[in-house]
Amino acid sequence: MTVHIPSALRSYTNQQGEVQVDGATLGDVLSALDARYPGFRFRIVTEQDRIRPHIRIFVNDQQTQELLSPIGQEDRVYIVCALSGG
Amino acid sequence: MARTAMTGTAAATTGAVTLLIGTRKGAFTLRSDGSRRTWKLSPPMFLGHIVHHMMLDPRDRRTILMAVSTGHLGPTVYRSTDAGKTWKESSAPPAFRKVPEGEKGRSVDHVFWLTPCHANEPDSWYAGTSPQGLFRSDNGGVTWTAFSYINEDLQYLEWMGTVQDGTPDGPKLHSIIVDPRNPKHLYFAMSGGGVHETVDGGKTFLPLIQGLEVVEGFDPATVTFHDPHCVRLCPSNPDRLYQQNHCGIYRLDRPSDQWVRIGKNMPKAIGDIGFPMVVHPRDADVAWVFPMDGSTVWPRVSLGGKPAAYVTRNAGRTWSRLDKGFPRADAWWTVKRQAMSRDGHDPLGLYVGTTSGEIWASRTEGQRWTCIARHLPEIYSIEAATFGR
Repeated sequence: MTVHIPSALRSYTNQQGEVQVDGATLGDVLSALDARYPGFRFRIVTEQDRIRPHIRIFVNDQQTQELLSPIGQEDRVYIVCALSGG
Repeated sequence: MARTAMTGTAAATTGAVTLLIGTRKGAFTLRSDGSRRTWKLSPPMFLGHIVHHMMLDPRDRRTILMAVSTGHLGPTVYRSTDAGKTWKESSAPPAFRKVPEGEKGRSVDHVFWLTPCHANEPDSWYAGTSPQGLFRSDNGGVTWTAFSYINEDLQYLEWMGTVQDGTPDGPKLHSIIVDPRNPKHLYFAMSGGGVHETVDGGKTFLPLIQGLEVVEGFDPATVTFHDPHCVRLCPSNPDRLYQQNHCGIYRLDRPSDQWVRIGKNMPKAIGDIGFPMVVHPRDADVAWVFPMDGSTVWPRVSLGGKPAAYVTRNAGRTWSRLDKGFPRADAWWTVKRQAMSRDGHDPLGLYVGTTSGEIWASRTEGQRWTCIARHLPEIYSIEAATFGR
């Protein structure tokens, strides 16, 4: 599937805004991203396997914060930095 | 290039000084000429990242570690082995143990404090986190693991309290201090949670809070209520520590375990509340503080809008005001616990960073101050570094 990478994380993906990875669940997808881009996962998932407070993840147009959420091969995953900061 | 000269019984540094500056919006360096009269500001590094602390490794004087997070992303540590030209991210930043599903585990929000380990332990570092955790790296900051048992210990977890018991941007473990005579002898402090000591390399830690006061109405015997802001060990006499606490300024002379409130000798109109504490590297009787208004709702700004450092030259028996060069009025500065530092020169250079983005320096141990940078982001930390060749 296609994963949309926010600008805050593109230093890990060689500035790519979209990358293709495989995985049956959201957790698998993030692990695959971390394997390809070491350090990526910990910036958005805590050591307790919780999505960090200011990160939102959408699968197509549905928001999910669960790593066990199933992902289909044709799905699009959006990693979004929530409105915060300043 | 920096070199070392001898002054009295201790080594004084000479040459250019580089300030490593952590801010809420990135890292900067300010590099002086050999006389420390002119300073050159670097472009921002990691612009937009929250840089809590940046520390030069005194053992090789080339390696720098930087504690970083952002408004959205989790914590990490960057490492430079070429004096800040290039940076590489830690492959395993400090993280608490993953607990089984259904249990409540802790997550590191940010790495707050970095301390190089003993001179005989090259490439080893300690890190303190928010919420309170103590970590160690033995490969120059590439990977980090929990140090000792305290991150998991039920008694220590009770003393650490909850997020609501800590400072406004999260409770912190800080002031990790290594006894230069013994790598197994460490101190650390927690806001909140008191000062702690181990003499066996972390196998056992004990609180070191005798004589420290707590907020009125609370029991000083309860470790949770203690809020040390900054603890420093005197390099010229490692048996002496100074502390700026939420409730006063203290000195401790080991082997005693009784802190003495030397802040009682500060002028009553100024009080003894503040965040940073700086000690002289070659004279254990000399230390500086930067008092903040601790009245009513704890404004934590320079008293009366008139910034001043205070120095003791007799281990806290008397204090002198140092404000020449600072604004005379209408300057409502806040100086955080990591934002006052010193170099190793003779006379010593002192550096103060404000949350309003100014850096003030003194080449005369505080006798006269000059603004050397302004318009920076909110300053979290300053460390004065002398790079090697």
